[in-house]
Amino acid sequence: MTKIEAERPTTTTSSILGQARQISFWAENAAPIGLIALVIVFSILSPSFLTLGNIRAMLVAAAILIVLAVAQAFVITTGGIDLSISATMTLGAVGFGLAWQAGYGFILSAIIAILTAGVIGLANGLLIAKGKVTDFIATLGTLSVATGLALIISNGKPIPVSSSELLVLTSGSIGIFGYPIILAAIIGVVAWFVMFRTRFGLHVQAVGGSEESAVANGISATRVRMAVYLIAAVLAGVAALLLVARVGAAEPAINTQFLLNSIAAVVLGGVSLTGGKAKIVGPIIGALLLTALTNGLTLLGVSQFYQPLAVGLVVVLAALLTRFQKK
Amino acid sequence: MTTPDFVLTADNITKSFGGVHALKGASIGMRRGEITALIGDNGAGKSTLVRCLSGIHRPDSGTITLDGEDVTFETPNLARQHGIETVHQNLALVEELAVWQNFFLGRELTKGAGPFKTLDRKQMKSTSHELLNNLAVNAPSVTSKVRRLSGGQRQAVAIARAAGWGSKIVIMDEPTAALGVQETARVENVINTLRDSGVAVLLISHNFDQVMRLSNHIWVMRAGLAVAERRSSETSGDELVALITGAKAA
Repeated sequence: MTKIEAERPTTTTSSILGQARQISFWAENAAPIGLIALVIVFSILSPSFLTLGNIRAMLVAAAILIVLAVAQAFVITTGGIDLSISATMTLGAVGFGLAWQAGYGFILSAIIAILTAGVIGLANGLLIAKGKVTDFIATLGTLSVATGLALIISNGKPIPVSSSELLVLTSGSIGIFGYPIILAAIIGVVAWFVMFRTRFGLHVQAVGGSEESAVANGISATRVRMAVYLIAAVLAGVAALLLVARVGAAEPAINTQFLLNSIAAVVLGGVSLTGGKAKIVGPIIGALLLTALTNGLTLLGVSQFYQPLAVGLVVVLAALLTRFQKK
Repeated sequence: MTTPDFVLTADNITKSFGGVHALKGASIGMRRGEITALIGDNGAGKSTLVRCLSGIHRPDSGTITLDGEDVTFETPNLARQHGIETVHQNLALVEELAVWQNFFLGRELTKGAGPFKTLDRKQMKSTSHELLNNLAVNAPSVTSKVRRLSGGQRQAVAIARAAGWGSKIVIMDEPTAALGVQETARVENVINTLRDSGVAVLLISHNFDQVMRLSNHIWVMRAGLAVAERRSSETSGDELVALITGAKAA
């Protein structure tokens, strides 16, 4: 009797250890594993899922979210969060629409869109880095401000944009890769390079890991925080161009789904919301996963009402899994 | 008797915070190539004096002389540029980053020019590997994250980083306070190696045995003043305790 009892704990411990090892593996690679699993399930359930046409459509649809997820990844690596990111994109889109309507042409309108978005980023940076306002509150405020400004300057009406340049952006492609996904990929590569191969990127990680230690080593946390919110807003401005191109109009709509999904993609990508752990590829795969999920459900004829539910479940599951990541 | 070769002297340093006079005219000297210990009870002014030397505080009055030159440090970075490095008690390491990244944090080496400057990862890894292995016997791999290191290894990394910039002086605040016996011995080896390489070390410690083991010269602080100095070879733990408490006058 005593002998059996003495043996039992060892077996249990070793099997728990084995499981834990597995769980940490799943947690580390949640996004790619999830993406592969989704692709397998959907291609079994729907024959049109893995067709070239659908893959092309999915990649184009993922482009905006990828750009926003990369933007969010910079902010979250410093331990912050940008809730204003989709509202900033909306404001940028409206800025583009008005400039286009006023006859400024594509290039100038695009610059105006990015500058308009940048103003929100500057406000975020000043509030958070200099004003020491909690990131959550500051960007919640600018979310509302940007949404309001977009409604005010557009009078609440969508501005139709029929630019040939935007038409090329939406319809042009190299093979199955449409221009939007190529642009998103370029942004992803540059972002990876900046994060992992430059002094600035290292400082972003250092400030997120331990602001106190970073400052003690002569890094200006204020400048780093200013910079990440500015980068996020400028990327939101780029995403605004993709949005206008896709919709064919600059709408002062509240794109809450993009905000939630950008954070969800980063969390799926294995980035800790507490900061210090930088990832760029992970959030991009997270964005692809969320797009594939939405696309697959649509193909299966599942009501649109179920899509937020599915996204929510996936994100909560991913967040639970990250608890098992190796430290 | 020849005058000792001082690498740093602090004369008549005063510093007040509001109505609290933390330093009331403290003077100490550090000799070249020696480990100088700074001891005293809590609130004696050790930390304030050290912070004045490392540029965190500016003294209200008094002079700091480094290699015969009067210096004032507005910021820790300026103190660093003059060759005074400080290993703080919290070590100022970023746990999520690798050893080599921590080693060069804030002073990264780059290659290329203009906006295309990239981190010179190879050079930084090899330099930090070399500096770390010159000092520590069981040096961790420079690519491992600081999170995975033991307390002693972290201390070794912080000390090697401080020593790695051609520093004249390395200030250490309680370097072994949180360490076990074996790790303490390893860190003490690191400190000795550093001294042998010609760097002057200012050691703040509460551990008398350690002070007697490591230091060449001891300054005793009490109530904002450096009240006594002793050669380590000519004093004892009992005498130091008496000097700290004021039971024995200097």
